[in-house]
Parts: sequence; C-alpha cells; structure tokens
Amino acid sequence: MARILLAVFLMALVSYLPRVTPLVFLRQKIKSPFIQSFLYYVPYAVLGAMTFPAILSATGNTVTALVGFSVALLLAFYEKGLMTVAICASLAVYLCQFFLG
Amino acid sequence: MPNSSLTYQNSTAAENRPSHEFSLGLRHGLPIALGYLPVSFAFGLLAVKGGLPAWVATLISLTNLTSAGQFAGTNLILAGASLLEITLTTLIINLRYLLMSLSLGQKLSPGMTLRQRCLIAFGITDETFTVASLERTAISFPYMVGLIVGPYTGWGTGTLLGGIVCTLLPDNLQNALGITLYAMFIALVLPPAKKSPAVRWVAAVAVGLSSALTWLPGLRLLSAGWRIMIATLIACLYGAYFFPRKEVE
Repeated sequence: MARILLAVFLMALVSYLPRVTPLVFLRQKIKSPFIQSFLYYVPYAVLGAMTFPAILSATGNTVTALVGFSVALLLAFYEKGLMTVAICASLAVYLCQFFLG
Repeated sequence: MPNSSLTYQNSTAAENRPSHEFSLGLRHGLPIALGYLPVSFAFGLLAVKGGLPAWVATLISLTNLTSAGQFAGTNLILAGASLLEITLTTLIINLRYLLMSLSLGQKLSPGMTLRQRCLIAFGITDETFTVASLERTAISFPYMVGLIVGPYTGWGTGTLLGGIVCTLLPDNLQNALGITLYAMFIALVLPPAKKSPAVRWVAAVAVGLSSALTWLPGLRLLSAGWRIMIATLIACLYGAYFFPRKEVE
C-alpha cells in the first residue's frame, strides 16, 4: 500500500507541475501576434486531437462508438448544451448495444 | 489599442465584485461537473475492479484531477509497473497542460497574486481551461475558483460512487458511459468551428495529425500524450501562420 500511495503522490506531482509552471514563471503578457494567435488556437487543437480517433475505442466496440460519435456530432452541430450532447451520445451507445446483440 | 483598455476595465470591474464572479464561474462549471460524473464513475469502477480500495481511487481523483493522466497511471499501478514508468507516463500525458496554462496565463487578471495562481493552477483541466478561455476575456481569481469547485466535487464524488457500486453496473452501461467525455469535447469544439473557418481548419489539422499518428505504421510507437502534444503544436503553428489573429486582446 505504501508503494501505491507513493505512486499516487508522484502522479499528483507530475499532474500539478505542468499546470503551475507557466502561471508562476511567465507572468508578463506575450506581445508577439504570432504567439498570441498560436495560444488562441490551443483549446481547439487539444480538443480535436484528444477526441479523434480516441473516441472510436471509447466504448469497447467501434460500431457503437461510431453511433455515439454521430449523435454527438449532430447535436453539437445544432449547438445543444454540453450535458444534452453527452447524455444523448451515451444513451445512443447504450441502446445500440441491444441491436448488435 | 481600444481593445486592451476594454479588457483592463473588464478585469477591474471583475475584481470589484468577487461574489458575482464566483457565482458566474459556478454556473459555467455546472455542466462540466455533471459531465465529469459518468467519466469519474467509470474511473472508480476501473480502479476498484483492478483491485484498489475505493478510497485510494478517490484519493487519486482528488489529487490528480486529470482524465487521461490518471487513467494511464492507475492502469500502470494495477499492472505493477515501476514508479519511474508510472511517473514518466503520467508526466508525458500531462505535458499538454503546459500549453493550456501558458495560454490561460495570458488572460489572467493582472492583480492576481502568486498564491492565487498556484491555487487555480491545480484546477486547470481540458474542460475548465476551454470554458474559461472561450467564455472570458479577463479571468479573475473568484471566477476561476467558482469554475473549478463544481468539476472538482463532481470528479471526486463520481469516483467514490463508481468505486462503491463497482460490481453492480453491467458492462453495456459502462461502455455507454465511456463516450460521455468525448461527446462533451465535440459539443465544446463544434459550435465555434461552425462560425470560424480558422478554428475549423485548426481542429481539422489536429484531428488529421492525431489520426495519422495513431494509424500510420512507424508512427504508432508514440503514447497518447505525445500524440496529443505533437498534433496540438503543429495545428496551432499552422493556425498562427495561416490565420493570424488581427484583434488580439
């Protein structure tokens, strides 16, 4: 157990360090328009890269994942709320499993 | 630059009404908190199924507060990996927070103290970062605390519940819950992508690169954390080069 707790502590440490370092050591505003633009695009790029193709293996079955993915795309396209999109995609995966047997 | 003076006024007003800022953050954090419940629930399940006590799973969630990072780290703990391997893998997956903190740091109110910065740094996740940077031009300390409280509570509670009811939940329900976080990501990125061609292209390049890094032979050796990091870097360089922002705050 001590070993596990040590592992948890180390994980916590390396989760915190990348978050805190830029906030503490880079406190002045960045002037360069290029870097400003770069940083502006970070959230969109991160979300894109994290979602696809990882979503295809999120449910243990590519077909149900594709169904959930399509439902999420459709609802998000019509700008439904985060919760609505998440719950409906999950529900679609759940129901789809019955059709696949 | 009229824009910068506007931002300055916003942030001054924000600091004058901390309670309003806090409740605004709280409201913005609520959907994130609810979205975290099923994901953290799934994490609790996975950890307890693998043999960890529910309190250790909850401790991991409350001290790490990451999705991919703690999932990978916990899997390695369960597999009996070395401490070095656990630490390095978690670190690599979490390196993307460097970019997010760097980006978020540019929007923090000028008056924020060192201690406040250290506190909110703990609560930066993919979702809180995205919401804060897309909803606000100047981010105050009370707003950020409000934004973090809900998701943090939801993440911990979900893990504990998942750990406790571990054996009660059927497989097909667990599978269905696996997609919630990704569905939320899509809901975050698609509406702005509809409106802005630049955002559309940046997101498309990121998706294309992460797919290439996942599927192309020879490139598949990279771990998920590296894939996300490399795809993000190149997609943002592409965006900054081809779609430089004219009005930057």
